[in-house]
Amino acid sequence: MSRPPLDALDRAIIAATQGGLPLTPTPYADVAARVDADEAEVIARLSRMLEAGAVRRIGAVPNHYRLGLSHNGMTVWDVDDAEVDRLGEIVGALDFVTHCYRRPRALPDWPYNLFAMVHGRSRDEVEAKRAEIVDLLGGFVRASDILYSTRILKKTGLRIAG
Amino acid sequence: MRSAEAPALLDEIDRRIVNALQGGFPLVPRPYAAVAETLGLSEAELLARLHGLVASGVLSRFGPMFDAEKFGGAVSLAAMAVPVDRFDAVAAVLMDLPEVAHNYERRHPLNMWFVIATETPAGIGAAQRAIEAKTGLKVLLFPKVREYFVGMRVEA
Repeated sequence: MSRPPLDALDRAIIAATQGGLPLTPTPYADVAARVDADEAEVIARLSRMLEAGAVRRIGAVPNHYRLGLSHNGMTVWDVDDAEVDRLGEIVGALDFVTHCYRRPRALPDWPYNLFAMVHGRSRDEVEAKRAEIVDLLGGFVRASDILYSTRILKKTGLRIAG
Repeated sequence: MRSAEAPALLDEIDRRIVNALQGGFPLVPRPYAAVAETLGLSEAELLARLHGLVASGVLSRFGPMFDAEKFGGAVSLAAMAVPVDRFDAVAAVLMDLPEVAHNYERRHPLNMWFVIATETPAGIGAAQRAIEAKTGLKVLLFPKVREYFVGMRVEA
């Protein structure tokens, strides 16, 4: 695996913006002033990091609870490894799924290899959405479960050092 | 879900803003002006709305989302089956560990689910062993094998 060409300026730009892009008319110029670069360089670096996938996107991160989506269930599915990528793409395309991943099983404790997070305004709404996934996956599901979150114990963002 | 946070009342413009800002934010000197134009708003109005959405907590943040793995770091979902009478004490252990970013109680025999994020891939296993040593409990790791979707679509 080749190491992505990220240097100290790239890290400094991320460190300066991971708490948020300035909500000012010229956010890139304002970031540039903080990292001792110029605006065009900051824009070029962000553009390159987006292309390389080091920055997934520049966007808004909504708080589900404040949007009224107070119930969340982690739906988990045991599907054939030969089908999981195809099925994961289908489930991930559902507009109520916020995260959809393939993860390893941990047998015998955990037989599930497909994870899809579902949010809703009520338990019933989450259950209805889970039922939609059941319908979509049909006979490919060998086993499934849903893990409701009952408490947030800790929530700090992922950080990188500058 | 136990939460003191009441749902925020978003109007149609707020919802359009949240959806328009899911990705593709322009890399131009006046990006908010460019987005505002597509929404039929002024730059000042969009910025005022965004300040409000962040201040009220509707948006946790607005900005670049980086992939820690591309910066040499590593991230893994993890879970433990914690005895009920030790639950709060174990939660407190994880609270004090900087490698643990998020932690949720979930209704399942595996009742504690958390995200480990470290500066290096080797850090994940080290954090797993540290948590096991501190708690005497087995930590299962569920690193992502493949990502199909991450994002949020708000009903407009």
